[in-house]
Amino acid sequence: MDKILTIISELKEVADYPAQAIKKQMNATGKKAVGCLPVYCPEEIIYAANMLPVGIWGGQTTISKANKYFPAFACSIMQSVMELSLNGVYDDLATVIIPSPCDTLKTVVQNWISGVPQVKCIPIVHPQMSRIEEGVIYLQTEYERVKKEMEAISGQKITNEALTKSIEIYNQYRQTMREFTEFAAVYPEVISPVVRHAVIKSAFFMDKAEHMAMVKELIAELGKLPVKEWNGSKLILTGIMFEPANLIEIIEENRAAIVADDLAHESRLFRTDVPEGNDPMERLARQWQHMKGCSLVYDPKKNRGQMIIEQVKKTGANGVVMCMMKFCDPEEFDYPILKKEMEAAGIPMLYLEIDQQMQSVEQARTRIQSFAEMIANR
Amino acid sequence: MVSEKLNSKQLLNQLTQKHYNDAKAAKERGGLVAWSTSVAPQELCETMGIEVLYPENHAAAIGAKGGAIPLLEYSEGNGYSIDLCSYARINLAYMETEDCCFENMPLPDLIICCNNICNTLIKWYENIARELNIPMIMIDVPFNHDYEVSQERIDYIKGQFKEAIWQLEEICGRPFDYQRFEEVMKISAESAKTWKYAMGLASNVPSPLNGFNIFNYMALIVCMRGKPESIQLFKLVAQELEELIENGGSQFPAKEEYRVMWEGIACWPFLGHNFKTLKKYGINVVGSTYPDAWALIYDANDLDGMARAYASVMNNCGVDYQSDLRTRIIKDFKCDGAIYHMNRSCKLMDFMQFEMQRRVAENTGVPYVVFDGDQTDPRNFAQAQFETKVQALVEMMEQNKAAKNEEVK
Repeated sequence: MDKILTIISELKEVADYPAQAIKKQMNATGKKAVGCLPVYCPEEIIYAANMLPVGIWGGQTTISKANKYFPAFACSIMQSVMELSLNGVYDDLATVIIPSPCDTLKTVVQNWISGVPQVKCIPIVHPQMSRIEEGVIYLQTEYERVKKEMEAISGQKITNEALTKSIEIYNQYRQTMREFTEFAAVYPEVISPVVRHAVIKSAFFMDKAEHMAMVKELIAELGKLPVKEWNGSKLILTGIMFEPANLIEIIEENRAAIVADDLAHESRLFRTDVPEGNDPMERLARQWQHMKGCSLVYDPKKNRGQMIIEQVKKTGANGVVMCMMKFCDPEEFDYPILKKEMEAAGIPMLYLEIDQQMQSVEQARTRIQSFAEMIANR
Repeated sequence: MVSEKLNSKQLLNQLTQKHYNDAKAAKERGGLVAWSTSVAPQELCETMGIEVLYPENHAAAIGAKGGAIPLLEYSEGNGYSIDLCSYARINLAYMETEDCCFENMPLPDLIICCNNICNTLIKWYENIARELNIPMIMIDVPFNHDYEVSQERIDYIKGQFKEAIWQLEEICGRPFDYQRFEEVMKISAESAKTWKYAMGLASNVPSPLNGFNIFNYMALIVCMRGKPESIQLFKLVAQELEELIENGGSQFPAKEEYRVMWEGIACWPFLGHNFKTLKKYGINVVGSTYPDAWALIYDANDLDGMARAYASVMNNCGVDYQSDLRTRIIKDFKCDGAIYHMNRSCKLMDFMQFEMQRRVAENTGVPYVVFDGDQTDPRNFAQAQFETKVQALVEMMEQNKAAKNEEVK
């Protein structure tokens, strides 16, 4: 158990103090760090250039300078990303990569170019029609451009061998994280919602191979523990992200376990492996073809709801929490359909509004409390 | 072809009526009806003889006729956030109620979505496809973070034209007629050229065009770009405007004291109010991005050109392009000021607008005001704020005018 607590505490330290963790690694390894904005940056390319990919998902801050670029009704992650970037928080990064799967992210690229010229921004536009071969070819050209930029910044050529190795590490990391979320569902007494979140989040600010080694050890240690029956409720989270931290604590206070998630900030990151193949760049582009169930990936069949229902069956969850990122169009369009599907399947769903800048969580506390009571009494 | 003795207003009304009637008639005889986004490659459906309707236009008309609220509330009842595009909320409600204060449009057998004006459309159309269980044709046009459209993007878009043609052949059960396609491309490009020419006549001083009429003419460039009637209409409009120029007249019913650029979609529920407020000060809207929005000009049979045209639509371009375009509009149309609509429905344009305002003002030295509004949700607009902003703009323009007169003396 001591070992478990040590690993958890180390990962939590990273998740809670990302800037410190990144700095430490940069100093220790001499590596450059590259910022990756949401969602689906091809981190493998950065990693293959021997640089450190780090996740940029905003954080709690007071919005002031960002008002120069965004009106109040913009997504709070992007408001805070803009605020932090204008405050020079990301100045130590060699560059940032910004995908554009939604309208807001398109404008983040544009405003970044205008407002943060000291940190170079590399945009990527993923193809929404990835099912046709032309989509894969196009994405490959987008990734080739990123590769060239990474080579220029790192000063080293990215060989196919290095890229293949990088893909291998990332696929292993994904598999490890999927395994971890399954263990988290079995050992909620140890892997509380706060711990689960910290273990997943810490990967954004660490070398994936190191992170994976720690999580593998954590899983091995967990496996030695006896499985206790969980007398609290079991929840599945869906949405973009579930933060700030005090919101997660409320889940814990109500004796609810997170048995699975469909969050862009968590499981959506590692549920799709890069497929096998000969050309590593083509393999990376093909991974996008296999992505599904995400509000930012085109899907006229809207399989997301069905995927969540299957997860509920698999995990025995007794409720779903729709973590609605305020002002997120893609999620807000998915919600009415999800709502209908959950109602039809008899699965209780809580609609919870998420704002990174939320000052008070009291309203959320009341809603989570009554939802927990409601599902406990079913 | 319809009678040629009508004036442009009459012809416009007749064609609008025809547009909805044709779709209803097609539906009744078992023909196919499609719903499409406003700047999608209609050429493909037109070639296949599919009647195409445009939910954005339909929602705008409902808004202008004061019928938005019940539909907006209906969608909100279904779980759609009030922060989503009001066109989408109106249409997703109409899809279920099939009842509104304007022409009722038949439900679609297929939909065609092109995200060259925003990605919100993808989400909106996904929901239609899913709820009505109908095929969706998607033309994904990647956003241009660079100034030019790259060949890689053009190849990808062309691949999707090919895919769309296969999908249409399957839906219609007959082969795509490439000869007819060439004809439609010719008509569409000609229509776009005529549109741009007619709307461009507003650059004359005084402008022969009442700027708010663009909002009316627009319906046809959206709905009928692939049909010869649209050429007929815009030629007639141009002819009328040219006559006005010759006689020193104008559609604008007041003396043109100030010329401004209007940025963004109209506030449809308050069109009358907005117009009256501007007219009171002799402000005519002579500049807007609308002439360029449908200037989809390419050579017939040039698929690269067609792909480039659809990818170059201004909403698909970054701040550099957007700012240059407005700078050019203000200069070419000799604008004294600019009015920016901070349109709650349009996050893509809103979130680039602040930077654009700064750059355009710096490039042109022309004063501007910003008002909060919404294209069709009347709850997001305040008449008093609009009036105060316009007044402020008039004061700034007046000062500039006085200073200019001083210089001349």
